[in-house]
Amino acid sequence: MRYVYNSGDTAWVLTSAALVLFMTPGLALFYGGMVRRRNVLGMLIQNFAVMAVVGLLWVWVTYSLAFGPDWGGAGIIGTLHFAGLGHLSQAVPGYTGAHAQTIPPVAFIVFQMMFAIITAALLTGASADRMKFGAFIAFVVAWSVLVYAPIAHWVFSPQGWLAQRGTEDFAGGTVVELNAGLAGLALALVVGRRRGWPENLMRPHNVPLTVMGGGILWFGWFGFNAGSALSAGGAGVAFVNTNTATAAALLAWIAVEKLRTGKPTTLGAISGAIAGAVAITPACGFVNTAGATVIGAVAGVASALAVSVKFRVRIDDSLDVLAIHGVAGLVGTLMVGLFGTAGSLGSNGLFYGGGASLLGHQALAVVCVGAFSFVMTALIALAIRAVIGLRVSEEEERLGLDLALHEENAYDFEAAGGRRAIGEGGFA
Amino acid sequence: MKLITAVIKPFKLEDVKTALQAVGVTGMTVSEVQGFGRQGGHTEVYRGAEYRIDFVPKVRVEVVVADTDADRVVDVFVESGRTGRIGDGKVWVTPVEDLVRIRTGERGNEAVT
Repeated sequence: MRYVYNSGDTAWVLTSAALVLFMTPGLALFYGGMVRRRNVLGMLIQNFAVMAVVGLLWVWVTYSLAFGPDWGGAGIIGTLHFAGLGHLSQAVPGYTGAHAQTIPPVAFIVFQMMFAIITAALLTGASADRMKFGAFIAFVVAWSVLVYAPIAHWVFSPQGWLAQRGTEDFAGGTVVELNAGLAGLALALVVGRRRGWPENLMRPHNVPLTVMGGGILWFGWFGFNAGSALSAGGAGVAFVNTNTATAAALLAWIAVEKLRTGKPTTLGAISGAIAGAVAITPACGFVNTAGATVIGAVAGVASALAVSVKFRVRIDDSLDVLAIHGVAGLVGTLMVGLFGTAGSLGSNGLFYGGGASLLGHQALAVVCVGAFSFVMTALIALAIRAVIGLRVSEEEERLGLDLALHEENAYDFEAAGGRRAIGEGGFA
Repeated sequence: MKLITAVIKPFKLEDVKTALQAVGVTGMTVSEVQGFGRQGGHTEVYRGAEYRIDFVPKVRVEVVVADTDADRVVDVFVESGRTGRIGDGKVWVTPVEDLVRIRTGERGNEAVT
């Protein structure tokens, strides 16, 4: 069958794909600024390695597993029909009727590739400063195949079992955010705490880098969310909702800080913005302005409170992947069940006369995606730990990943008066 | 000759430099350092967690002067570096056995200015 593609839609989705790709370097800076000075390059190279590894995996294997023809009709996983990007002229399975794609499959493939990349990249925040590089690469490969591809199939592919039941996830609140949050928790648990934490708190070494990275994420999120409409004409609502929720969450986070510690912080502001963008991700095409504002504000408060929990339970989710992506992803996904409105692209939630059924579908997705992600990630990490080990040696951790693993140094301040990193956080 | 070393608040460096020049000090060495004294450190907050920072940024100024100028230069440091609040730093004086200007080979007091 020959399709006539819409050139505007195709141009927008390709543009969005580039915007979403740019989010991973943004994430690298966002995280890189938050680690100690001796680990910033380790963080950057891990993120860029994800771009390469998942970029290759996607075209050879994982795209087909996620979006290929369903294997056995159960909606669990796709077949390898599209492996190596074979059968490119065939339409992406499941997108029929009102959801028929107006773009060539290859545009959809490359757009979705960027989601697979950034989701895996998010896990660098949970395991920061202590993973062996080879073990990290092995983990990303296994995780992309065994965790990301199935979940993307369940929710994103119209053939997936959760999608068939009525779960609505516009741009990845479950597939990307909740998934990354729970996987991050599992990885942090198996890898273990950074040596010295939490007795020695390890403060961010470069907040401006983090703010810049967060700004890139905000920018790229327009591709992430509005691109997920897969049409230029349908992108506007998702676009504006993305900004609305991000803005509300930024203010909500620093309001919490003002009440708790008396001062709004720069790191809090950008963290709040990210929490808001995360929360609106599943909802951006399904809610109106009121919904987007409330979802953003609730997520900003929820994540701002959630970041303190790790100290009490002593789990070193170093850069708060669970508290921000997991918690805000949960908030957004569930609140689609409340604020979803048929006036947009989805169905009515509880507050718009749709009853509780949509909320039920959302809750089901949260539980299944969260549980699968957590358990499967833990198993993968345990397996890699048993075979090749996950952590660098104590000496390498003390020295920092930059020098120990990559023989590089991010900053040369020696010429500026011989200034050394005296008392840089940690256990040195 | 005396080596006068002062550890001061970074934002007072400009005032101290100007005051020293005004009394005829013609050279100094400045470095950025970190440390703590009676002031202790300070607290920073990142994502709701309070971080106790022991070492605060300071500037160390070193000048070598003739014995006869030492008291006056110390007074200049004290007057120009003071804010009256905790953390203004300290000045100390140490004897210098010898001093050589590398370019000319001049020694002792001749090498001071």
